[in-house]
Amino acid sequence: MQQGSEERAVGSVRAWEVVVASLFLVFGAVVMWDSWRIGARWSDDGPQAGYFPFYIGLFIVISALVIALNAARMGEEGREPFVRWRQLRMILTVLVPSVVYVALIDNPWFSLGIYVPSALFIAVFMRYLGKYKWHTIAAVSIGVIVAFFLMFEIWFQVPLPKGPLEAAFGFA
Amino acid sequence: MQEIHNLIGGFQVALSWFNLVLMLAGVVLGVIIGVLPGLGGANGVAILLPLTFSMAQQPGGQTSAIILLSCIYWGALFGGAITSILFNIPGEPWSVATTFDGYPLGQKGRAGTALTAAFTSSFVGALVGVLLITFLSPIVARFALQFGPPEFFSVYLLTFCAFVGMSKGSPFKTIASMMLGFALAAVGIDTVTGQLRLTFGLIVLLKGFDFLIAVIGLFGIGEILLTIEEGLEFRGARAKLNMKVVIETWKELPRYWKTSVRSAIVGCLMGIVPGGATPASFMSYGLAKKMSRDGDKFGTGVVEGVVAPETAAHAAGTSALLPMITLGVPGSPTAAVLLGGLLIWGLQPGPLLFTEKADFVWGLIASMYLGNIVGLIVVLTCVPLFAAILRVPFAIIAPVILVICAIGAYTVHNSMFDVWLMLIFGLMGYVFKKLDYPMAPMVLALVLGDNAENGFRQSMLLSQGDMRIFFSNKLVGGITALALLLLFWPLISRLLHLVRGGNGGPPAAAGKG
Repeated sequence: MQQGSEERAVGSVRAWEVVVASLFLVFGAVVMWDSWRIGARWSDDGPQAGYFPFYIGLFIVISALVIALNAARMGEEGREPFVRWRQLRMILTVLVPSVVYVALIDNPWFSLGIYVPSALFIAVFMRYLGKYKWHTIAAVSIGVIVAFFLMFEIWFQVPLPKGPLEAAFGFA
Repeated sequence: MQEIHNLIGGFQVALSWFNLVLMLAGVVLGVIIGVLPGLGGANGVAILLPLTFSMAQQPGGQTSAIILLSCIYWGALFGGAITSILFNIPGEPWSVATTFDGYPLGQKGRAGTALTAAFTSSFVGALVGVLLITFLSPIVARFALQFGPPEFFSVYLLTFCAFVGMSKGSPFKTIASMMLGFALAAVGIDTVTGQLRLTFGLIVLLKGFDFLIAVIGLFGIGEILLTIEEGLEFRGARAKLNMKVVIETWKELPRYWKTSVRSAIVGCLMGIVPGGATPASFMSYGLAKKMSRDGDKFGTGVVEGVVAPETAAHAAGTSALLPMITLGVPGSPTAAVLLGGLLIWGLQPGPLLFTEKADFVWGLIASMYLGNIVGLIVVLTCVPLFAAILRVPFAIIAPVILVICAIGAYTVHNSMFDVWLMLIFGLMGYVFKKLDYPMAPMVLALVLGDNAENGFRQSMLLSQGDMRIFFSNKLVGGITALALLLLFWPLISRLLHLVRGGNGGPPAAAGKG
C-alpha cells in the first residue's frame, strides 16, 4: 500500500489551473483597486498615476477568468495529476532546507552570515540526498565556501553578510 | 563602408590581452552555466552582473564588462548543445529541437560527430547574426533617432504582442504572465507624479521589484525544483572528441549548406522578434525535414537534423541583441539582463548609444566575432571536461547552485529581502512551468514596464488622450498595425483554419511555433 500512497496525486492539473487563475484574479483585482484609489482617470495635467496599472489589472482579471473557464472545460488532460506525492516530497526536501538556510543567514535573533549556513546547507544535502561520508562532506562544503569567500570578499571585493565566525577571524 | 571602419576601431578596443582573457573566462563560465541544471544564460548572467560593478567604473571598463557578460551568453548558447546531445536534456528551450537528432546520434556512438556539427553550425549561425548586427544596426539606430514617444511605445507594443502571437500555449496565459510583470514593474514610486503605487504601506516594496531577482528565482530555483522532481539521474553518452572526428565532420558539413543558409535566414528573421530563438529552432528543423532528401530519416539521428536547429537558434540568439542595442528593447530574457547591466553601468541603450558611445558599441560588436571564435575553439577542445561536470552528483551540484543563486540575489542590492523574493519567484517559476505559463514575457514586462508606461503616458500627453496618435503617421501606424496583427494572430490562424475546412490538425507551423 506504501507504493500506492507514494503515487497519489496532489491535486489534478485542472484543480491547480483554477487555483492559480484565482490567485491571478485576486492579484488583478487588488491592482485595480489600488490604482483606482490613487486615481486612474484623466486629470488636467494628463493621466493619473493609476491610469496605466488600472488597465494592467483589468487585463489580468480578464485573462484569469478566461484561463479558469478553459480549465473548467478541460477534458482528460485536466484529470492528470499536477504533482505526485513522491515528487512533492522531493521538492519539499529542497524547499524546506532552502527556507531554513535563508532564515539562518539573517534574522533578528542569531544571524550567521552567508558563509556558515551555506556550508551547513551543502553538508545537509550531501548527507541526506547523497549519503556521503563525513570527511567528503567536510572537504566539499568547506572547500566551496572558502572558494566563494576568496572570490567575493577578496578578489571582487563584494561584501556578503558575515556572522560571528567571520568576526572571530577578523572580518567584520 | 563606415561600418568596416568602425568595426576595425572596435577590434582595436576588443583585442587587448585583458579583454581576450575575459572572453576566454566568459566563454568557459558560460559553457559551464549552460551545462548545469538550474543555471542558464539569463540567470547566469544575472548572478554574475554584480561582479562587474567595480570593473565597469574603470576607464574602458564598460566595454570589458559587456565583453565578459556577452561571452558568458555565447558560452551558454554553446553549452546547451552539449547536454542536449549527450544527456537528452535541453539546457535551454531553444536546444529542444537539437535533441531530436542529436541524442539519437549520440546513442549510435556518433556523439563526437553530433557535437562537432552542433558547434560548427552554432558558430555559422552566430556569425551570420553578427554580420547582420554589424551592417543593419547602424541603419536601425539612425532611423530610430527620429522616434518619438508614440513610435517607442508602438515598438514596445510590438514586442509584447509578438509574445502573444508566437506563444505555443494559451495566449491568455501569456497575457496574464506579461501583465503580472507590468504590475510588478509598477510597484514603488511613480516617477512622474511621485505617488506610491501598490506598496500597501510596506517599506520593503518602496523600491519595487528588480527583474534580476525574478530571473534568478524563476529560471534558477524554479528549474532546480523541476529537475529534482524526477529524482534526477544523468545517464549520458560518453563524449570523445578528437581531431579526426572533427575534420571528418567538417568535410561532411558543406553538403548541408542549403540547410545552413535557410536556417540562418529563419534564425535572423525570428531573432529580431522577441522570443524568437525557440520557435526559430523548431521552424528550421521542420523546414529542413520537409525540404531535405533524407527528410524521412529525421529523428533517427542525422547530422542535418542537428545543423538546422543549432544554426537557427544561434542566429536568433545573436540577432536578439540587435533591437537591444539599437532600440533598448531586448528580444530575450538574456538580452534583457544584458540591457539591465548597461543601465546599471550608466549607459542608456538605444539609438543615441551609437553616436555617444561608439567605441563601446563597436567594441561589443567586434567582441561578438572574437567571442564566437574563442567559443568554438573552447567547446571543441574541452567537451570531455564539460561533460564531466554533469557527472558530479546532483546532491553536490544542487545545493551549490542554490547557494550561488542566493549570493547572486543578495549582491544585486545587498538586500536579504531580495533573497526571500528569489525563493518566492522560484516557487512561482515551478508552478508556471508546470501549468505552461511562459516566463519570458513576464521578465521582459518587468524590465520594460516603466519605459513602456512612460512612452504611453507621453504619447497620451501629446495627443491629449487620443488613442489615434498610434496611427498618426505611416511609421507608427505600420508598427502598431503589425503589433495588433500579431496580438490577434492566434484568433486569425484559427479562423483561417476554419475557412480552409480544417483538413486534419492545425498547420504544422502553428502547432510547433
